[in-house]
Amino acid sequence: MIDEQLHVRTPEGADLALPLAGPMPRAAAWLVDLVIRMVAYLFMALLFALLGGVGTGLMLIGIFLLEWFYPVFFEAFWHGQTPGKRTMKIAVVHANGTPLSFNGSLVRNLLRAADFFPFAYLTGLVAMMMSTRFQRLGDMAADTLVVHINDGARPDSSLRAGPGKALPDWPLTLADRKTLAGFAERANQLTEDRRRELAHHAFPELTPMQAEQRLARLAAQMLGDQ
Amino acid sequence: VKQRRFEQLYRPEWDILTRQLERLESRRGKGDMDNAGLADLPGRYRRLCHQQALARQRGYSVGLTTELDGLMLRAHRQLYTYRPPILSRLRRFLVHDFPVAVREQAAWNLISTAVFVLSSLLVFILIQQQPDMVFSVMNEDTVDQLEQMYGQGSLGSRGARTSGDDATMFGFYIMNNIGVAFRSFASGIFFGVGALFIMLFNGSYLGAAASHLTNLSFGDSFYSFVIAHGAPELTAIVLAGGCGLRLGWALVSPGRFARIEALRQAAQGALPVLYGVIVLLLAAAFIEAFWSPRDLPLAIKYGVGATLWCLLLIYLFFGGRRMPGGGR
Repeated sequence: MIDEQLHVRTPEGADLALPLAGPMPRAAAWLVDLVIRMVAYLFMALLFALLGGVGTGLMLIGIFLLEWFYPVFFEAFWHGQTPGKRTMKIAVVHANGTPLSFNGSLVRNLLRAADFFPFAYLTGLVAMMMSTRFQRLGDMAADTLVVHINDGARPDSSLRAGPGKALPDWPLTLADRKTLAGFAERANQLTEDRRRELAHHAFPELTPMQAEQRLARLAAQMLGDQ
Repeated sequence: VKQRRFEQLYRPEWDILTRQLERLESRRGKGDMDNAGLADLPGRYRRLCHQQALARQRGYSVGLTTELDGLMLRAHRQLYTYRPPILSRLRRFLVHDFPVAVREQAAWNLISTAVFVLSSLLVFILIQQQPDMVFSVMNEDTVDQLEQMYGQGSLGSRGARTSGDDATMFGFYIMNNIGVAFRSFASGIFFGVGALFIMLFNGSYLGAAASHLTNLSFGDSFYSFVIAHGAPELTAIVLAGGCGLRLGWALVSPGRFARIEALRQAAQGALPVLYGVIVLLLAAAFIEAFWSPRDLPLAIKYGVGATLWCLLLIYLFFGGRRMPGGGR
C-alpha cells in the first residue's frame, strides 16, 4: 500500500498518524500567502504615501517584516498555519507531532532563502523529493513536518443492502474486513458498473448483480447495520 | 463489537471532544479565560487514543480510522501547546544566553571574521597601490554616490538632512542589513559556501569604499560616520556568517551524528546567536540613522565609536560568565 502517513508514538503510547503534505498543497498555500502579501503591500504603499519620509521608512520596515516574518509569526502563533496553509488545511508541526515552537518556526522560515535558491523553491523541491518525509531544507534543520489537518468531515454513505442474511464463504481476515468496510463506505462514490465489477471478484460464480447484492448484505452484517 | 455499534457508543464523546477542540482552536492563541468544561480534555484524549487503537485492531473502515486519526492529531496539538513567558526569558537572554552562545561557536565566528577582515584589508591595500582598481569592485555610479556622500567638506552635504530622511534610512538599514544577516545564515546551509561568499563580498566592498575615500582624503568624513554603528553592524554580520558556516559544517562533517541530526543541532545552537544578531542590527540601524549623520566634532564621534566597540567586545567576551541570579 502506498502510504503517506508517518506514524509517531506519543507519550500516551498511542500511535499518532501524521498525513504528510506533499509539494502541491504546499505550493498552493504559498501562492495564497503571496496574494495576501501583495494586497498588504498595496495597502501599506497607499497608507504610507501620505506620510513622506517617515512613511518611506515605515514602508521599508513593513516590507522587511512581511518578507521575513509573515510566515514566522503566523506559524508560531496560529497553530502552525499561515492563512494560505489554513485554506489548504495543512499545518506545520514538529516531527514528534507537537505544535510548532517559535524557534522552530524561525529556523524553517529563515532557511526559505536557501530553499528558494536559485529560483521558485527549486532546492526545496529537490530536498522534498529526496526526503522520506517531504521535508525541505528548512524543515530538516528545524525538525518540522507539514501535515494535512483532517477536520473530521467524511462522506456519509453506505451501501444499501437488501433484506436477508449472508455469510462469507471464507474466513474473514483483518485485511478482508478492512477491504469490505472500505467498499461499503465508498460505494456511493463508485458507479454501479464499477461496484458490480468489484463485487464480481469476490463471488465470480454469481452474476455481477447478484454478487453486488450479496456483498452489500455481507458488509452490512459485518458493520452491524442489520 | 460491530462497527456501527462502536460508532453509536462513542459518537457522543467524540462530538464533545470536537466542540472542545473547536473552542480551543478559535481562541487565536491568547487569553486563558473560561477554561470551564475543559478539565476533562486530557481524559477524553486518552480514551480517544484507546478507541482509535481498537478501531484499527478490529479492522473498522478506513473512513472511521481516518476520522479518529484526525481528531487525535488535533487534540494532541492542543494538549502539547507550549507558551513560555517572553519577558523574563528576554532578560536572561541578553544577560547570559547570547554571549555564551556566541562564544560556543567561537571557531566559526573567527573564520568568518578572518574572511571579512582579510578580504577588506587586501582590497584596501590593492586600491591604495592602484586607485583605479576601485572600479573592479564597484561600478561607477556607486563610486559617484560615495564621493558625493562623504565629499564636500566634513559632513557638509548632510547638514540639510531632515528627520524624514533619517526615518527613511532607518527603515532601509533594517531591511537591508538584517536581510543580509539572514541570508548569510540561510545560504550557509550550502556547505558554508554562501556564507563565505557574503562575507567576502561585504568585506571587499567595505575595503574598497574606505580605501577609495582615503585616496580622495575624505577619510575623516567616512570613518567618523561609520565608526559608531560599525560596532554592532559589522559584529552582527560576522556573527551571522559564523552561524551559516556552522550550519554548513554540520553537513560537511557531522561527526558521530546522522547529517540531518547534526544539521538540526547546529541550527538550534546557532539560533540564540541569530536572535542576538537581530538585536544588534536594530541598534545599529538606530545609530546609523539618527546618530552617525549628526555634524559633531570629530573627537566626539571617534570617542563615542571607540567606546561602543569596547563595550560590545567586553560584553561578548565576558558577558554571562556567571549564571544570572546566583549559581555558577
